[in-house]
Amino acid sequence: MIPLRDIAYARSGDKGSSANVAVFGRTAEAYTWLRTHLTAAVVEAYFKPLGVGEVVRYDVPNLEALNFVLPGILAGGGSRSLRIDAQGKTLGMALLEMSVEAPVGLGTIRPTESKG
Amino acid sequence: MPAPLKIANAAGFWGDQPGVAAKLVAQQPDLDFITFDYLAEVSLSIMAILRAKDPAAGYARDFIEVVRSLEEFWKQGGRTRLVSNAGGLDPVACAEAVRVELARANLAHLKIAVLSGDDVHAMVTSDGAEFQNLETGAGLEEVRDRLVTANAYLGAEDIAAALRAGADIVITGRVADPSLTVGPCLAHFGWAATDYDRLAGATVAGHLIECGTQVCGGISTDWLELPDSHAIGFPLVEVSADGSCVVTKPAGTGGAVTLRTVKEQLLYEIGDPGDYLSPDVSVSFLALKVDAIAENRVRVSGATGRAPPPTYKVSATYRDGYKAHGMLTVFGHDAVKKARHAGEGLIRRLHDDGCVFREHLIECLGTGASVRGVASRVSDTHLIETVLRVSVAADTKEPVERFTREIAPLVTCGPQGVTGYASGRPKVMPIFGYWPCLIDRSLVQPIVRLVN
Repeated sequence: MIPLRDIAYARSGDKGSSANVAVFGRTAEAYTWLRTHLTAAVVEAYFKPLGVGEVVRYDVPNLEALNFVLPGILAGGGSRSLRIDAQGKTLGMALLEMSVEAPVGLGTIRPTESKG
Repeated sequence: MPAPLKIANAAGFWGDQPGVAAKLVAQQPDLDFITFDYLAEVSLSIMAILRAKDPAAGYARDFIEVVRSLEEFWKQGGRTRLVSNAGGLDPVACAEAVRVELARANLAHLKIAVLSGDDVHAMVTSDGAEFQNLETGAGLEEVRDRLVTANAYLGAEDIAAALRAGADIVITGRVADPSLTVGPCLAHFGWAATDYDRLAGATVAGHLIECGTQVCGGISTDWLELPDSHAIGFPLVEVSADGSCVVTKPAGTGGAVTLRTVKEQLLYEIGDPGDYLSPDVSVSFLALKVDAIAENRVRVSGATGRAPPPTYKVSATYRDGYKAHGMLTVFGHDAVKKARHAGEGLIRRLHDDGCVFREHLIECLGTGASVRGVASRVSDTHLIETVLRVSVAADTKEPVERFTREIAPLVTCGPQGVTGYASGRPKVMPIFGYWPCLIDRSLVQPIVRLVN
């Protein structure tokens, strides 16, 4: 098992009481792996303790990205939520802590490949 | 082909780093425009509270300081123009304050335009109006009498009209964030309002810079590896006549503009990437191309657009009670257990004294509390220290007020090892509910006016 952050990078933000987390493959191979394994159901189960609703995944292959929309995850969001993170700032980092059964080295850029 | 239009951003939110605009024009004097985005979802409700105490406080006064900081640059022939939603609830008063400031500095030849008409509070609160909540589907009836603000997101066409009239400084109320960038492009390139692919490209450019340093490495996953992260540059886009752009930052600034920082920011706060809505155009990101063309220069092209919706989005806020958060540090063995026990005891004591809270929350920071129950690999029992954070919310102010006076006493009645109480009592804060809804465009009358 390796942490998701070894093969992916991410960014999260808020929209009312929902949030989105965009997840990007660190390599083309990593993105292919993510598309197969990081399903909406997997992400929904992971964030269930925060009360998330039905997660929707949008595939953005031209950016080697998956965009997850997490409805209702911010317990009111904005000025309303009492949580330390009312705006979903930590959700990207939290998702990257997920343990995944991906091949070791999947996120490593080979020397010939430009960083991207 | 006309030269690309250089548009920077010097504020990603109300309260962003001061002094940025003056630094930007020193680093990059050939900027055509600087944009400033001051308005997050609930910023206008904060202005409403400030304005209740001081009628002149309905806009972002920081912007007057920005204008002052650029006076020397303009006197020496600098031509950079400004577009900002600093007007907040009261764009006319903001424009008047800028006029007075420029007159004082003998810069009265700079033309100021104000865009108003976004305030639809009267319409939204009138009897019989629908205005369903876009998130919950609920009817407005339940909050109508508590509505504080209701503002439509106006678009680029009105900003472009102000610029065509010769404005050097455009001050708006609520507009869609990317429209601050799209407006100058529309006016400069003479695009038609139906040039949807070009508008889509400019909207993407505006979206990329609207959060200040974020596209230059701020909050990026690999932030720790950034060069000179203490001085990350603010971004600029060089928008071409076809709507594509190059994202970059002034030479000599910290941070980085890479494929990764740009891709992260492209999907920041995005729902369906195939249907990003603005009042100017509905944008698809699904054919976007990002290319690193040189160090700290990333070209973004391939945006496609369709006609925008026939409605404006409205961001409304309503009063929804009060809240407060109190924090104390707890050190020692069983720190988390003690912190939690102290927090629960505090709530119980208040309850026994008759305080009614509709909600409370006890968090022990350091245990993964930001995402409680998710990714918690920290064993609470091994922590030698935690920050206890207790929060309450109530319909009325009194119980919350009382709560704020009960935090410090934990220093004497709580566990041994409580510290960090020196910052004083927490503040009682009003809670604003967020009410996104739609309004027919025909009901909204944007007004563009030159002030001087």
